[in-house]
Amino acid sequence: MSTTRKPASVRQEADERWREETLEPTLGKMPERMEQFTTTSLYPIKGLYTPADLEGIDFDADVSYPGQFPYTRGIHATGHRGRLWTMRQFAGFGSAFDTNKRFKYLLSQGQTGLSTAFDLPTLMGLDADNPLSEGEVGKCGVAVSSLADMEALFDGIPLEDVTTSMTINAPASMILAMYLVVAEKHGASWKKISGTLQNDILKEFIAQKEWIYPPRPSMQLVIDTFKFCTDEVPRWNFVSVSGYHIREAGSTAIQELAFTLRDGIEYVQWAIDAGMDVDAFTPRISFFFNAHNDFFEEIAKYRAARRIWARVMRDRFGAKDPRSWQLRFHTQTAGVTLTAQQPYNNVARVAIQALAGVLGGTQSLHTNSLDETLALPSEHAATIALRTQQIIAHETGVTNTVDPLAGSYFIEKLTSEMEAGALEYIRKIDEMGGMVEAIDLGFPQKEIHESAYEFQRAMERGEKLVVGVNAYTDVSDENVQPPMLVIDHTTAEFQSRRLADLRATRDQDRVTQALDLLENGAAEGRNTMPLLIDCVRSYCTLGEMCDALKEVYGEYQEPVF
Amino acid sequence: MQRKIRILIAKPGLDGHDRGAKVIARALRDAGMEVIYTGLRQTPEQIVAAAVQEDVDCIGLSILSGAHMTLFPRVLELMRAQGLEDVILFGGGIIPDEDVPKLKALGVAEIFTPGASTQAVIEYLRELCPVGRLTRSRSIESRTPSSSSRSTGRTDSTRSASRHSRRSMTCS
Repeated sequence: MSTTRKPASVRQEADERWREETLEPTLGKMPERMEQFTTTSLYPIKGLYTPADLEGIDFDADVSYPGQFPYTRGIHATGHRGRLWTMRQFAGFGSAFDTNKRFKYLLSQGQTGLSTAFDLPTLMGLDADNPLSEGEVGKCGVAVSSLADMEALFDGIPLEDVTTSMTINAPASMILAMYLVVAEKHGASWKKISGTLQNDILKEFIAQKEWIYPPRPSMQLVIDTFKFCTDEVPRWNFVSVSGYHIREAGSTAIQELAFTLRDGIEYVQWAIDAGMDVDAFTPRISFFFNAHNDFFEEIAKYRAARRIWARVMRDRFGAKDPRSWQLRFHTQTAGVTLTAQQPYNNVARVAIQALAGVLGGTQSLHTNSLDETLALPSEHAATIALRTQQIIAHETGVTNTVDPLAGSYFIEKLTSEMEAGALEYIRKIDEMGGMVEAIDLGFPQKEIHESAYEFQRAMERGEKLVVGVNAYTDVSDENVQPPMLVIDHTTAEFQSRRLADLRATRDQDRVTQALDLLENGAAEGRNTMPLLIDCVRSYCTLGEMCDALKEVYGEYQEPVF
Repeated sequence: MQRKIRILIAKPGLDGHDRGAKVIARALRDAGMEVIYTGLRQTPEQIVAAAVQEDVDCIGLSILSGAHMTLFPRVLELMRAQGLEDVILFGGGIIPDEDVPKLKALGVAEIFTPGASTQAVIEYLRELCPVGRLTRSRSIESRTPSSSSRSTGRTDSTRSASRHSRRSMTCS
């Protein structure tokens, strides 16, 4: 940062002198532990960073102040001094009644927002009584097959006061329609309710792989929700562009950053192409990043994300509203780093990852429970995870100042390197024609697989150590297992009975008519949201709505890459 | 010529977590085995049909959804119905310790949970299916009951032949 620096040549000479006079004699006596030090993404890190590394980084243009373009230091002038991040623990299991109880428990423990995990049948748009759902109902999240389940899920929860995040993608618009009808029944105004719909179908094709329709009609469904929410549910965050799953699938930090931001660019471009005004919808786009183990790499990643997004929105898309430039994000600690071996060690991992998210300026945070690699979190484990956030917020002092790591030679250099690496990927994807085209080519999918395989090999060569897995494994508490939450088959039976009752008692003519209108409307290219809301009010099931659209859109088959 | 170990890596269940399946498929391939990866969300019926068609020595199931106690027994049942008793079924994924002995008692050969190295899986499979001991030979010339049993020391040549004919039917 030019204002605080000696001329570069003088600095480089001084660095060189230190290397000769101090470093080399030390290395002569005692070599370093490894030939090359790398991050968990296998990105090389130098032993020392000095002002010479700040060459080319301009304080005003590249770092600046919190709340000011390009927001490297955060989108709020007061950081976490003004408002703490939202402590938002992802929860969902069993039936809607089971999860409703957990929601109420978490709110009573000081959690400030809800976050809904749906089970796999729901994520795939299948009803609980579909044969493909066998063995999966209520296992990885809550089972929701119709409005009746959604009513039970949010029973007694004040929807105008609590923000709700819903992790759902391929059938996101159907689930949003259900939530809106529940709000309507509670008397909560669509103009006042707020929350987040993940609704990020691109990362499904790239990494998480829970899709229904092919990419292009899937994108159309997403754009329908953008338009509908912009007009009718103005405080709703209708997409959470997610790097989390990309990272969990094995990407590097730079790939997570690049593919997530390029996905964001793709949504903005599609919405503009559909006739939307960029500043009318972009402020409601939010992001979701992973908090992995490599502390500084993660912090640099969040800072680079804000800087890239601000410039892309202003310079590439010509957005005028500063809110369009500000990248807001949720963070979740990295599930993939949790170990089944010595599971109590996971509390330490989660705390360090969460700290990186906080120092990176996150707007909301989920901390994983120590038992999540074994099963869904028990209430006890979920409470420790929430308490971890409260300890960071109230005991460590890290929230006292904004972006405390700014100005570190290392952090600023690494932020710039993350940015450069991501921009290179974004340029490549632009050249392919965009992210949908890159997905057709299998480009991000192959890049992630390569990184996952490289990391596995590095671990097996012993270059990367994981405590309790390939190091420090010989301990007596290896088999100390936390108590686990077990979801038995009674949920599936319960859900099947509920669905049978529903199908027997609802107005079948109305159901048939609503589904016909949905199918015909989609075929004509009308916005699907009002049609889906009508289906939901008629108690069409999730599976029925998804199947009606399969008639129009077809189903996605992943090519072999 | 010695033939390679043939393995079907299959991903049943509704989830899309294919990182482990793809990493292990790649590692086994790099170790010189022939690997067929089914892709996501295969039903037990599809998996066993693929095992028959591809005439594999082993099937590896990757399950992270929690449905392992439903899916492994179903695959084993279908394998028996198809006469695949000598095909080794192993698995990996998020599988609680207490379920491992139950699965082994049902007939699953081995379960590799997170943290198992790909090298451990490679060594296990090489140990369990040394190529010289294998039932089936891929060359058309040797596809007679006598040469098959001579090359393997096993007597289960009838089924072996029937599986070959099934494969050639699907190829035509």
